[in-house]
Amino acid sequence: MNIHTIADHLNSLADNSDTGMSFDCQPISGEVDVLQISILEREELPIFVSVTEDQIICISYLWDVDEVKPDCINDMHESMLEMNIPMPLSSFSKIGDKYVVFGALSINSSFADVEHELAVLSNNAIEVIDDMSDFLL
Amino acid sequence: MSIFKKIMTAIRGGASEAGEAIIDANATRIFEQEIRDAENHLTKAKRDLTGVMAEQMAAKREIDRLTREITEHEGYVAQALEKGDETLALAIAEKIANLEASLADQQQAHDSFSGSAERLKELVKKSERQVAEHKRQLSMVKTTESVQKATSAITDNFTSSNSKLLSAKDSLERIKAKQQKFDDKMKAGELLESENSDTSLQAQLKAAGIGSQDNSANSVLERLKAKQK
Repeated sequence: MNIHTIADHLNSLADNSDTGMSFDCQPISGEVDVLQISILEREELPIFVSVTEDQIICISYLWDVDEVKPDCINDMHESMLEMNIPMPLSSFSKIGDKYVVFGALSINSSFADVEHELAVLSNNAIEVIDDMSDFLL
Repeated sequence: MSIFKKIMTAIRGGASEAGEAIIDANATRIFEQEIRDAENHLTKAKRDLTGVMAEQMAAKREIDRLTREITEHEGYVAQALEKGDETLALAIAEKIANLEASLADQQQAHDSFSGSAERLKELVKKSERQVAEHKRQLSMVKTTESVQKATSAITDNFTSSNSKLLSAKDSLERIKAKQQKFDDKMKAGELLESENSDTSLQAQLKAAGIGSQDNSANSVLERLKAKQK
């Protein structure tokens, strides 16, 4: 399992994915290979996938620290912590000054698992922004 | 300091921004080497364990054999005594004494092999747990570094492609608008579908002669004729 086999699989699905989503994959080269996955109609919230020795990590960027209303940041953190378990398959994190939702899968996951993960992650990301928008500028 | 704490300190300290590694590459390499060494020891310990267990089984077989032989010879002593052959009985008894000495030796060897096998099994288990734990720690370090590198690749990609990152709210607005458009299209499609079915119903009614009928040439002619009268 690497980003190229994932890309091949997702591209081969075309419009026939189980999740009903249409994925477009774009590898980004760098010190670590990253796959940028855009979902049709949701291009504004791409998912970035990288594969390490033992995990497949899928990340969706939510918002910047400076998008958060300054006096809301503690409430927002608390809400995020409280939502972390109920939210299916994904968890919150922070990379640099960006808040993210991410999911990590075992390297031995099936393509169907990866596809399911991406669909759930995308739904979570959209719902989280909607639900947390009161905290955002 | 635990790996967890090290990672936390490094991230808090802004090592990520400076592009510094969480734990310097050399330390990571040493750690990896340590894991490989531990794995090698583990393989060796497992091999030793197999050897010891084989010896243990051989000793057990020998014990069984000697025990059988002692019982057999005890029978012979009884038979010799029945025949009143004291000298023979004594000779057999000597043999039994020798066999018993060997049995004691084998028993001791067997106990010692069993002890070693237990110790080795414990050692293997402990080493396996330790290797797994080291691997988990290494995975934490590597994952953190990988995510940092991935992030910088993503950021570079955004900068180079000049694509402006939208705010979360703007992204959501756009996605919702697209979803709305899609829903509207679906609704329009359904509406069109139902209208089409309306038309086909009208056609059926017309065919059955129910409802208003088209003005045919005949009906026009009839109307004009009536006017002339």
